[in-house]
Amino acid sequence: MPLLEIRNLKKSFGGVMAIGGVDLAVEKGEIVSIIGPNGAGKTSLFNVISGIFPPDEGEIIFNGVNIAGHSPSEITKAGIARTFQNVRLFPNLTVLENVKVGQHCRTRRGIWSAIFQTKGYREEERLIEEKAKEILSFFGTRLVGYRFEQPAFVLSYANRRRLEIARAMATEPTLLLLDEPTAGMNPRETAELTELIGKLRSDKGFTVVMIEHDMRVVGEVSDRVVVLDHGVKIAEGTYQEVSTNEDVIEAYLGRPTELRKTTTEEQKA
Amino acid sequence: MTAATVDAAAPRTARFDVRRLLRYSGLAGLAMVFVAATGMLETFNNRLLIRPILSMGYLILLSAPFVMGYLVGKRTEIEGVETAPRTSADVVLAIVAGLIAGLITALFAALVDTFPGLRGTFPRMGPQMVSLLTFDRGVGIGFLILPAVAAVLGALGVAMHWLSDRLRKALGVGALTVVSTAIFESVVKDVFDWFSTLPRFLYHTAGGLSVVSAIVLFVVAAGASFFLQGRKVPGLGSLTSADTGERRRSSLIAAAVVLVLTIVLPQLLGGVLNELLTNVGLFLLMGLGLNIVVGYAGLLDLGYVAFFAVGAYTMALLTSPLSAVPFQLNWWQAFPIVLLMAALAGVFVGTPVIRMRGDYLAIVTLGFGEIVRYLFLSDWLSPFFGGAQGVRRIPGIPVGSNEIGGSDITQFVYFTLFFVAIAAYISWRLQDSRIGRAWAAMREDEDIAEAVGIDTVKAKLLAFVTGAVLASFAGALFAAKVGTVFAHSFEIIVSIIILVVVIVGGMGNIAGVAVGALVLIGVLGGPNQPGLLQEFGEYKLLVYGALLIFMMLQKPEGLLPSARRARELHQEEYLQDAWLDKEGRFVGQEQEA
Repeated sequence: MPLLEIRNLKKSFGGVMAIGGVDLAVEKGEIVSIIGPNGAGKTSLFNVISGIFPPDEGEIIFNGVNIAGHSPSEITKAGIARTFQNVRLFPNLTVLENVKVGQHCRTRRGIWSAIFQTKGYREEERLIEEKAKEILSFFGTRLVGYRFEQPAFVLSYANRRRLEIARAMATEPTLLLLDEPTAGMNPRETAELTELIGKLRSDKGFTVVMIEHDMRVVGEVSDRVVVLDHGVKIAEGTYQEVSTNEDVIEAYLGRPTELRKTTTEEQKA
Repeated sequence: MTAATVDAAAPRTARFDVRRLLRYSGLAGLAMVFVAATGMLETFNNRLLIRPILSMGYLILLSAPFVMGYLVGKRTEIEGVETAPRTSADVVLAIVAGLIAGLITALFAALVDTFPGLRGTFPRMGPQMVSLLTFDRGVGIGFLILPAVAAVLGALGVAMHWLSDRLRKALGVGALTVVSTAIFESVVKDVFDWFSTLPRFLYHTAGGLSVVSAIVLFVVAAGASFFLQGRKVPGLGSLTSADTGERRRSSLIAAAVVLVLTIVLPQLLGGVLNELLTNVGLFLLMGLGLNIVVGYAGLLDLGYVAFFAVGAYTMALLTSPLSAVPFQLNWWQAFPIVLLMAALAGVFVGTPVIRMRGDYLAIVTLGFGEIVRYLFLSDWLSPFFGGAQGVRRIPGIPVGSNEIGGSDITQFVYFTLFFVAIAAYISWRLQDSRIGRAWAAMREDEDIAEAVGIDTVKAKLLAFVTGAVLASFAGALFAAKVGTVFAHSFEIIVSIIILVVVIVGGMGNIAGVAVGALVLIGVLGGPNQPGLLQEFGEYKLLVYGALLIFMMLQKPEGLLPSARRARELHQEEYLQDAWLDKEGRFVGQEQEA
């Protein structure tokens, strides 16, 4: 049984079909890349999976349970965490606090234990802090030490992306959805993050689905590539298969005949 | 003139600028006319600060040209460097602007003098105002005095910038000491009850400082400030520090000082001041509750007074022998039920508004606040709540064989402070707890908080309920204190004042809310409660408004902000220093490379 199985998923916004019947299965331990031209419905797919928008139709089976239509917090609790295309941290919280917040759904001490400082509460707070530091050390020395107490808005763009991944890791997911994790990074940072994405699976045991535009990253880490265009899946397979698929090339570059036709039309006009 | 095109900003301030002149003189003139026309000058003229030369009315009136002069000479500093040099043009400008401002005011007085009929519409604009504006010298020559005085004050204001920082600060401290000693005459007399030589030396028998004591006070305060400047007072300065460790240490010291003061102070103070302290405590309780809702969780609740009302009415109904409730409890027995009712009210108000945000939430809670008040006021429910009559004969808090109510204010203040301490403790513990972090995340970005696994519906309800319970502390105490609860005490202005207390004090910070409550409720007074400056009376809300505008422009994070909010509102400045460690060394480059 696949970890995540999407069947005939549909979502439209005011008549615009963002996702028009997508089927997708992700096995446990896989790294799957989703590519496609702008407006293909990649981020919409993530938004529907993570519960930000409910789907119009279709099923999202995660771990054998249909999670379609549940609230984002319930879905996060079920084990799907995500990052965002335009990094969205809690800018005025410190780096450490950002990661601690991520552990909210895995911890349970409430108001009373906080007021009375029970033993269980203090123990839990200690564990939260320890775990947050451990997660941040996954990114080497970039987010540790004096960084712990810095507010997130101070961080460089690449560090913000890393912190967002750390926050997602803190929710202890089984499936990690990364939305353009290397966007805006320089080549060296991209290479480093590519390696880390591999480690997310090998060291941490996450299943990863990512949206990515950088084909080098896609080719290097993904087991499988899914291509979306106009809200439908137009191809699926290994990077080699997909990169030579004619439909995919057409989706990205357009059809040669169409190009010619428009130019002749323009000349007429 | 190629230089002028290169640096466009500098020459504009260096030469005499007519637009600047008109702006400053117009503003100062309007301010003076405003003070005179609203009757502040007349009302406060009876309050002599320094007998016989300076009344509070004149102080307010004449501060306008002085402040104007100060602003004319002020230069924006960027990274410790003034943007444009100070020039003599500023002095000329300040003097002329003062002159014009004085003329505007004199013209206004002449207008009032020529048309006595104005008095029918504007009762404040009468002959007494004219005689005050002309310094009792008659309309002719008198009109020349005001412009002259304003011009001199404008010049003095601008001259402040030519003094060294140290001297300027010392003069400021001296002036502030004199003015506040004069204003807080009753407090000083009250506190130094056991050492009456001091107030007898300071104050004239008919009220106000004597000239000699004013000079002595000024010299002592300014001198002390001049020689002590630069020596660090531990605690105070670092309370606003962005460094968490330093902040925590100094907060603990401050908390200890406050604790000792609260135990000792009520014994020293007289009845009036203890009454005032109790009011401060009640508003502080509500401020702390609202701070959880607005400051921690970011939910703008404008109907917060509803929870205060629920607390007060529940206590009243359960304890008063005249209520519709067939049985009668004492205060302690009723207290848990009050908390329960408040929590229910929190859920009741919270549930329907849970999906709303920002402006919408504010408007809906505003409506809820009014609905609750009208329910208590209504004829329909008057068999239970007594309608406009309210619920009367509420007993005090039983301790042993005594019942402590509003008439035993010296004892009652301890109860209030006890509950304030509990509320402050709860706020403090929740701030850095798991739920506190969830609130902070929700305040920053609600969608993302939900997406990282925080059940925002639950978190919002918890914030509403916690806030409601803290407000009901205040309600229960209020009922026992005043003995009569009626709907008039729970008008919308109470919600607004509590919000202002939180904003001016420092949203999200417990000490900030305490400072806000002391400054606003203690000094200015609450909506129905007099403060130290009882003279302000009818102008109280005007002062509130002015203070709020000033704070929002100059210090939007409040008097004592929380570290998080201070960072939020000063991101650029923080970013400049983010690369430096505590000693100011550059840090982090090696990791970044």
